Amino acid sequence: MRSVRGIVLGLAMAMLAVPAAAVQPDEMLDDPALEERAREISEDLRCLVCRNESIDESNADLARDLRLLVRERLVAGDTDEEVVDFIVARYGEFVLLNPTTRGANLVLWIAGPVGLIVALGVAFVYLRRRGRASEPAESLSAEEQARVDRILKG
Amino acid sequence: MIVELGHFALILAFAVSMVQAIVPMIGAHRGWRGWMAVAEPAASAQFFLVALSFLALTYAFVTSDFSLRLVVANSHTDKPMLYKISGVWGNHEGSMLLWVLILTLFGACAAWFGQGLPPTLRARVLGVQSAIGTAFFAFILFTSNPFTRLQTPPMNGEDLNPLLQDPGLAFHPPFLYLGYVGLSMAFSFAVAALIEGRVDAAWARWVRPWTLAAWLFLTIGIALGSWWAYYELGWGGFWFWDPVENASFMPWLIAAALLHSAIVVEKREALKSWTILLAILAFGFSLIGTFIVRSGVITSVHAFANDPERGVFILAILAVFVGGALTLYAARAAAMEAKGVFSMVSRETALVMNNILLAVAAFVVFIGTVWPLIAEMAFDRKLSVGPPFFEAAFTPFFVALAIILPVGVLMPWKRARLPRVMQPLWGVLALAIAAGALTWAMQTGRSALAPIGMVLFVWVLGGAAMDIASRTGRGDWASRLRRLRNLPRADWGRATAHSGLGITIFGIAALMAWESEDIRVATVGEPFEVSGYEITLTSVDRVQGPNYNAIQAVMRVARDGREVAVLRPEKRSYPVAAMPTTEAAIDNGIFRDIYLVIGDAQDEGGWAVRTYIKPFANWIWAGAIVMALGGGLSLSDRRYRVAGGARKAVPGAVPAE
Repeated sequence: MRSVRGIVLGLAMAMLAVPAAAVQPDEMLDDPALEERAREISEDLRCLVCRNESIDESNADLARDLRLLVRERLVAGDTDEEVVDFIVARYGEFVLLNPTTRGANLVLWIAGPVGLIVALGVAFVYLRRRGRASEPAESLSAEEQARVDRILKG
Repeated sequence: MIVELGHFALILAFAVSMVQAIVPMIGAHRGWRGWMAVAEPAASAQFFLVALSFLALTYAFVTSDFSLRLVVANSHTDKPMLYKISGVWGNHEGSMLLWVLILTLFGACAAWFGQGLPPTLRARVLGVQSAIGTAFFAFILFTSNPFTRLQTPPMNGEDLNPLLQDPGLAFHPPFLYLGYVGLSMAFSFAVAALIEGRVDAAWARWVRPWTLAAWLFLTIGIALGSWWAYYELGWGGFWFWDPVENASFMPWLIAAALLHSAIVVEKREALKSWTILLAILAFGFSLIGTFIVRSGVITSVHAFANDPERGVFILAILAVFVGGALTLYAARAAAMEAKGVFSMVSRETALVMNNILLAVAAFVVFIGTVWPLIAEMAFDRKLSVGPPFFEAAFTPFFVALAIILPVGVLMPWKRARLPRVMQPLWGVLALAIAAGALTWAMQTGRSALAPIGMVLFVWVLGGAAMDIASRTGRGDWASRLRRLRNLPRADWGRATAHSGLGITIFGIAALMAWESEDIRVATVGEPFEVSGYEITLTSVDRVQGPNYNAIQAVMRVARDGREVAVLRPEKRSYPVAAMPTTEAAIDNGIFRDIYLVIGDAQDEGGWAVRTYIKPFANWIWAGAIVMALGGGLSLSDRRYRVAGGARKAVPGAVPAE
């Protein structure tokens, strides 16, 4: 790799769905229902040699191999779960773009809801206090009152 | 010679920034006016020096000075002029120079337009701003110097990454940086206020335009990047939840929250310490973003030439500034006493809800982005967090946000009565649900996505219309129309920006629900049909560009026998950079894009061709533009323009606290 760097490049590389092509016509299954399932499965599987790309988007050779493998398993009669398990057993958890909820990953999944509940709780306490707080005295001085009267009359 | 002058100017700017970071701070502490006054000329000087340095680097790129290492690595004599110039920031060193150029520009603007600020606050704001500058000058000069010369210059350069040779991406980084770095202003104001120990309505009125400007640029920058991904990467994805994208999205979310909470500080003198915290976090996330991109710590799967030394340096900057600011915050936040009193149902509460949803959404994006790192370090699990997670975990927050938006906007300050607020909205709600039901009935698919998008679209836009209508008060049509014309720009800005959000939400929902795709081998002259469009590959030719050669297909698109468009998708190859790119051909429309991609020639004859029909795709970016437009309208509101002068005339008008 040449020493091209930069935020833009990072972006480019990250999304380098790489030109050309992802799924090729010759890979596709004849049965549209099966092909549809294959597409859905491959959208959630990571291309291991790419940066944050699914095998459905990537045109790396490895991604193609995986796409063919997914279709092979589907043709052999596997369910969607069985296909995914098959791939995970070979390539590890890293291949899943949709992280599982097993073990510590639960923290990841509940972070949002828990964060929301905590924030709502804190906000509720704050808002109730604001509601009960007494309005600070904002009475006008005699001079200001006179000025207000003048303006209102005029 | 010019290059050396640029290098020298940068070193001088570094020196000036150190002076500006120290002298005015001491002056403000001791009350020495002369020392405080140093900040202004220093801020201007810094900006002009960095501008000189930036121009020198641009000059080197324009003239293809191959004795500069950076130019060799990123340019070529055959490259079109636009990309020679954009090549200046299309790389690490140059982009950091752009970063400090914008940082010093904001500093100089604060010096130029901040005449109405109390002198100590101004001195401290400029001091903090300059301290950030010092850190980044050191970063550039010691780890990423763009002015490094080569001993034996080569005959020609290695060319810029072809993917970056694109008008959309040429302007993406400057806008993104205007946003990222613009948030430094909010940060400087927050830290200065913490040092001063006071936050009041006036403070919020000074901070808000800076935040608004930063948010506006960030919106445009993100939209440009997303649009570029859509047409350049060859399959029309517009958002990937990539760490680098999330890095720009998190500050956007926090800045949006900050915009709204600053209103509460300005109008009601409540939420002060929360607003300060948001200002610190917004810039903190900008720095985290810079760190993520520069260090490559989260996306280390491939060796994309990231440098650990630079990562550590930015981590140190992050630790010093955000850590320091948060420490100061912990010590001083208690002093920021709220004044306004309001009931549980009020505009204040609605804005608190807005802040909660935006902040938790940002938190979800953050957790998702760093989780692979945490899992690997703490649990020894190598895993990925991809789009499916973000779509599931993030989307509900934005749906909730869109639901409460029209209600919150119509709420009065202090105390609201829900039935009264809802009164003008029942009609909108009925219309929204009817539109959603109609969408559900008309679509063939099974997805609830599009109907929900439609409901939110009508609800948010109708809500914005009701918002404007409610500002015109009561009475006959003539007087209401007159008041409509005289509404402050801020009101129009708010309604416009909110409408933009509705448009983007609908664009995303419709595109994701209704997109259709076709992948096949097409033979020349043999038409095929996709979603009612008849497409014919008429020819495939070789064409020659300035610094690439390409295979260009000519494809005719017809509907009901009438020609809709002739599209020319290309497959380009850039010989110098040794890299192919796909140039999709798109027929843009208001209701749909036709998106064609030409692939490889097949062994048994014909070409691989992909066709996508993308309904309402342009609405995604149109919505972003409308949002930015709303920000601009709000920014041009009269109160920001006259505020400075008015304050000078009546010095006592700033409420003492």
